[in-house]
Amino acid sequence: MVHKKTGALALVAALLLTTAASAQQRVLKYNADFDPLPLAAFEALIADFEAANPDVDVQLNNFDHEGYKTAIRNFLTADSPDLANWYAGNRMAPFVNAGQFMDVSDVWEANGLGDSLASAKASMTIDGKQWGVPYTYYQWGIYYNKDVYKSVGVEVPKTWAEFVSNCEKFSAAGIDCLTTGTKALWPAAGIFDYMNLRTNGYEFHMDLTAGKIAWTDDRVRATFAEWAKIQPYTTANHAALEWEDAAALMVQGKAANYVMGNFAVGNFKAGGMTNDTLGFMQFPEITPGIPRAEDAPTDTIHIPAGAQNVDDAKKFLAFVASADVQSKLNVGLSQLPTNKNSTVPADDPFLVAGFETLSTAYALAQFFDRDAPAEMAKAGMEGFQQFMVQPEELDNILNRLEQVRGQVYK
Amino acid sequence: MSAYWKANQRRLAPWMFLAPGLAIFALYVIIPIFQSIWYSFYDWDGLSPPVWIGTANYVELTTDPNMVTSFWNNLIWLLLYMLAVPLGLFIAIFLNQTVRGIRIYKSLFFFPFVISQVVVGLIFSWFYAPNFGPLYLLIEQVTGKGVALLADPDLVTYGIIAAGLWPQIAYVMILYLTGLNNVAPDQVEAARLDGAKGWRMLWYVILPQLRPATFIAVVVTVIGALRSFDLVSIMTNGGPFGSSRVLSYYMYEQALSEYGYRMGYGAAIAVVLFAIMMVFISGFIWKMWRDETER
Repeated sequence: MVHKKTGALALVAALLLTTAASAQQRVLKYNADFDPLPLAAFEALIADFEAANPDVDVQLNNFDHEGYKTAIRNFLTADSPDLANWYAGNRMAPFVNAGQFMDVSDVWEANGLGDSLASAKASMTIDGKQWGVPYTYYQWGIYYNKDVYKSVGVEVPKTWAEFVSNCEKFSAAGIDCLTTGTKALWPAAGIFDYMNLRTNGYEFHMDLTAGKIAWTDDRVRATFAEWAKIQPYTTANHAALEWEDAAALMVQGKAANYVMGNFAVGNFKAGGMTNDTLGFMQFPEITPGIPRAEDAPTDTIHIPAGAQNVDDAKKFLAFVASADVQSKLNVGLSQLPTNKNSTVPADDPFLVAGFETLSTAYALAQFFDRDAPAEMAKAGMEGFQQFMVQPEELDNILNRLEQVRGQVYK
Repeated sequence: MSAYWKANQRRLAPWMFLAPGLAIFALYVIIPIFQSIWYSFYDWDGLSPPVWIGTANYVELTTDPNMVTSFWNNLIWLLLYMLAVPLGLFIAIFLNQTVRGIRIYKSLFFFPFVISQVVVGLIFSWFYAPNFGPLYLLIEQVTGKGVALLADPDLVTYGIIAAGLWPQIAYVMILYLTGLNNVAPDQVEAARLDGAKGWRMLWYVILPQLRPATFIAVVVTVIGALRSFDLVSIMTNGGPFGSSRVLSYYMYEQALSEYGYRMGYGAAIAVVLFAIMMVFISGFIWKMWRDETER
C-alpha cells in the first residue's frame, strides 16, 4: 500500500533540509585549462582558500588546454562562470573591448597590487583600468655556455656593442654566436621581441603588435638593422631545426648563446649542462635610456562580466595575488610568482635570476604570438624567419607584413 | 505491394543494397562539399555570426602571394609525382621473375606504402636534417658544404616530393605486379617468335595489356599529389616561410590551425582545390564510363 501522506511529508521535509544546507555555502564557479602538474598545484591553492573561507565552495571546471581557447568564447557569452583563466596583454584585449571581462581595479586598489604586482601591472591594464590578476609567469633571456665563453676568452657583455664584438670573436673560433631552431617559427619571434623592445621600447612594441604602427616605419627598420648585425653569426639552416636540436648545439659547445624561455633549462640540463656551465643574462641594452622591458608570458585569472558571485570572486583574486600564496603555488608550477614580495626556491639560480629580472622590469610583453592577433602573428613570424635566412629581402618582407596588417586589424 | 516487389525485385535490389552506402556518402561527402562552397561566400571565424561577402574571398585569392606559391607547388607535385608511374613499372618488371625468395623481395619493396605517411615524413626530415642527417653529411663529404634541403626555400618542395615518392612508387609497383600477372603469355610467345625483345616488346606488347593498371596508377598518383598534406605538415609546416606550402595545407592553415580563424577563406581555397581535382576526376570517370558502355 502506498502511504501518500507520509511520503509527501517526508519529501517536503527532505527538500527543506537540503535548501537549508545549501544556503550555508556560497558557490564559486571557476573555469580553467590546467595541465596535470599545474592542476595539482591549483587544487592545493583552492583547498587553502576554502580553509580560509569555509562559507565558500569553489567548483573547478577544468578544460583541455587547447580546447579551452575555443570554449572560452562560448562560455563568456552563455552561462559564464565566476572566474576564468586567460592571458594578459593584447591577448585579453578582444574580451575587454567586447565587455566580457569585469573591471577589477578595485581589487588592485584595495590590496595594494599596483605596488606588489608593479611589473605585471601594465600588461593587465587597458584604458587605465585593470581587468584581471596574474598568478605566474616565466622569464625569457639569453642562456649561454660558460665553457664556450671561457675557451674563446670573452666576458659576459654589458652592452649591445660588446655582444656584437663577442659574436665576431666566436665566429673566428668557428662557433655560432647565436643559435636557434625556427622550424616551429616562434623562437624567431622571441629574438624579434627583444630586438624591438631594446631598440624602440615597450610602448612602441605594444603599439606595433596592436596594429597601430606601420611595419614599413623607420623605427621598425631600425630594429631590423640592429638584428642584421648578428644575423650572419646565427646558426646556419636554423629553418630546418627544431628548438630542441638548437639547444643540443649549445650543449655540445658549437654555439654560445640562445635567446629562450626558462622552460629550456630542463633541456639544457638533460643534455649535461649544470648550474656551473649554463649561464643566464638579461638581453643587453641597445638604445641607451630605454626602460628595460622583458618578455614574460603571463597566466592570469579574470572575472567574466556575467559572473553571479562577484564578491567571492574578488576575494579569490585578492587571495591568488597575495605573496605567500603565490610563492607556494609557483613552487608547484616551477615558474615565477608575479608578486615581488614572494620568494623563490634559492637553490635554482635561474628562478632566482628570473625573479630578479622580472620583478624589477619596467613592463612585461607577452610574447609576439600572444600580443599580436593570430593571423598577424603567423605572418610576422614567417617574416622574421625569412629575414634570418634572406636579410636582403627586408623590403619585401616589411611590405608584405604591412599588407597583412591592413587586412587583419579591421 | 508485395506483387510490385515480386515483379520488380531484380531492378530494385541493387538500389536497396546501395542505399546505406549512398546515404552515408551523401551525408559525409556530398553535402559537406556543398556546405564548403556555401561557406566560401562568407567571412566567418568559426565562432561569431558569419558575414556575407559574396565572391570577395575569391578576389582576395587572386592577389594572395601565398596562393601563387601554393599553386606552383601543387603543379610541381603533380608533375614530379608522375615519375612514380614509370619507376613503379620498372621495379614491377624487375620483380616479375620466379627467383627463389622473390616474394620476400616483393614484400620488402611494398613495405614503404604500409608505413604511415607521418612516419615517412618524420624519418625523411631526420634524413635531411643539418648536422646529423645522413644525406646532409653525404653531401658535405662529396661537395664540402652541406645542403639542408628543408631549410632552402628553393629545394624544399623537391625534398618533400622525394619523401612522398618512396611510398607512392611502392603502391604503383603493386598495381603493375598484379597487371603483369594478367599479361597473356601466348601474346608474349608470339611476339618473341616474331623477333621482338627488350624495349619493343615492352612498348608494343606488354604496355597495351597493362592499360587498366596504368589507368589506376595515374588516377591514384594524381589524387595523391593533390592531397599531399601529411608530408608537408610533418616535414616543414609549409616552411621555410611558406615556400613549401600546398593548397591542402594552406587551406588547413587558414581555417583550422592555431593561427587561422578564417573559415570562409579556407573554404574558398578548398573549393579551388576541389575544382582542380574535378578536372581530373571528370576525365577519369568519363573514360571509365566510355569503357563500360563499350563493353
